Amino acid sequence: MSTDPRQLHGAAALEIKTSTFSVPTLQLASNDLEAIGQQLRQTVEKAPDFFIHSAVVLDVQALNNKHLPIDLKKLCRLVRDAGMFPIGIRGGNEEQNSLALKLAIPNYSTHHPVVAEPTKTKAVPPKQALGSIPSVKLLTLPVRSGQRIYAEGDLIVMAPVSAGAEVIAEGNIHIYSSLRGRALAGVPDNTEARIFCSDLQAELISIAGNYQISSNFTAPKGKPVQIYLQDQSLIIKDI
Amino acid sequence: MARIIVVTSGKGGVGKTTTSAAIAMGLAKKGHKTAVIDFDVGLRNLDLIMGCERRVIYDFINVINGEASLNQALIRDKNCNQLYILPASQTRDKDALSQEGVGKVLEELGKDFQYIICDSPAGIEKGAQLAMYYADDAFVVTNPEVSSVRDSDRMLGILSSKSRRAETNQEPIKEYLLLTRYSPERVKLKEMLSVDDVQEILSLHLLGVIPESKSVLNASNSGLPVILDEKSDAGQAYMDVVARYLGEECPHRFIDEKKGLFGKLFGSR
Repeated sequence: MSTDPRQLHGAAALEIKTSTFSVPTLQLASNDLEAIGQQLRQTVEKAPDFFIHSAVVLDVQALNNKHLPIDLKKLCRLVRDAGMFPIGIRGGNEEQNSLALKLAIPNYSTHHPVVAEPTKTKAVPPKQALGSIPSVKLLTLPVRSGQRIYAEGDLIVMAPVSAGAEVIAEGNIHIYSSLRGRALAGVPDNTEARIFCSDLQAELISIAGNYQISSNFTAPKGKPVQIYLQDQSLIIKDI
Repeated sequence: MARIIVVTSGKGGVGKTTTSAAIAMGLAKKGHKTAVIDFDVGLRNLDLIMGCERRVIYDFINVINGEASLNQALIRDKNCNQLYILPASQTRDKDALSQEGVGKVLEELGKDFQYIICDSPAGIEKGAQLAMYYADDAFVVTNPEVSSVRDSDRMLGILSSKSRRAETNQEPIKEYLLLTRYSPERVKLKEMLSVDDVQEILSLHLLGVIPESKSVLNASNSGLPVILDEKSDAGQAYMDVVARYLGEECPHRFIDEKKGLFGKLFGSR
């Protein structure tokens, strides 16, 4: 094999990209391994094409809420025996998470990624467990007029946000395209949150409830800006 | 399996039925067995545009309710034997449509048709939602003006969230933009949005631009899909659209102002 460095100049050997996948989660309601094993086999038999060799995330939150201990090692064996591959654990406590890591299973946070309901949640964001990764929601398709996106952590949008659309996040909002709709960061009361966008043409921008409508602010068209809160007023600044 | 195409827009009067008729005829003329369904229950129009209004006996709702078979209700087009029309009921309303009923009819049609065109009613209510629910591809018909563009944008949001493909986590519906009633002269006078303006807002794959043309109205009045009028600009534009949809390379036409003889001679802008 030739390792001519000139060949390497043309194309990089690899590139790391973010992609979203839909992976089934195994929501456990009981810690009875025998019952779990039996039910798993039955489920897989019903739709082998779907489940055999499928990745699966183990969700143990309900068990932990009920303080039911589970033997992770045996659970993983059961899942593998049923023909699936555990690729993550969700809702585990510290002990389970570290055990999972030893079994080469990464930890996921318990935040649900999709909230499309047209209602604003006023609930206080759940405190994140120490050491867990803060949830980030990534959108690669345009947010269309009439759509409302809610992120419990940060929100990253890599496509335009149309007029009449609403993007809301408890953390920061990053938009790598035009923002023509509304963007509300830091809901309900995170004054440290910021909005970043590469072209600000928004109808409304808001941070922690302090809002401005488009007729009250001017932004250079097509220039990337950031918006943050300083002494109760929104500052729009070039990046 | 048939490919199901929905022709939709949100806004009314932008050219959905004209487009459905033209695309269906175009696909059929290329040898693909095609059915076109009027989903505008209560405001039946497609039969007029296709010139088969006198031949309607049974309709879509009769088939859904089991009062007639699909073969009884399908009308074979008089110009092309590969094209069939399933008309809407004029005496009922959209509540007569049900998701299971529509699904059953589409499944049965899918057995021996290659393409099924669903002509959506205006709006985003039940009729429009059922027209797009089972779709594989969507032709979003838009006029170059702000309210039509916004309504199309809204419709795109619904396409990506409330279709069968979205609900069962399949590959999303393929969305195509069709800009109709385009007039380069008025774009130049800033009375109309340009192709680029619309593309910037909707960021969608442009399937074609149909110029504003008298031939469209003439075609509707005579009950012949405009694509059969091979001399007209709109007819040619629809032929390009069908060719592009079928994967042929076809440069966009009718986007720039027509140059008169004088303009051609002196190269004026």
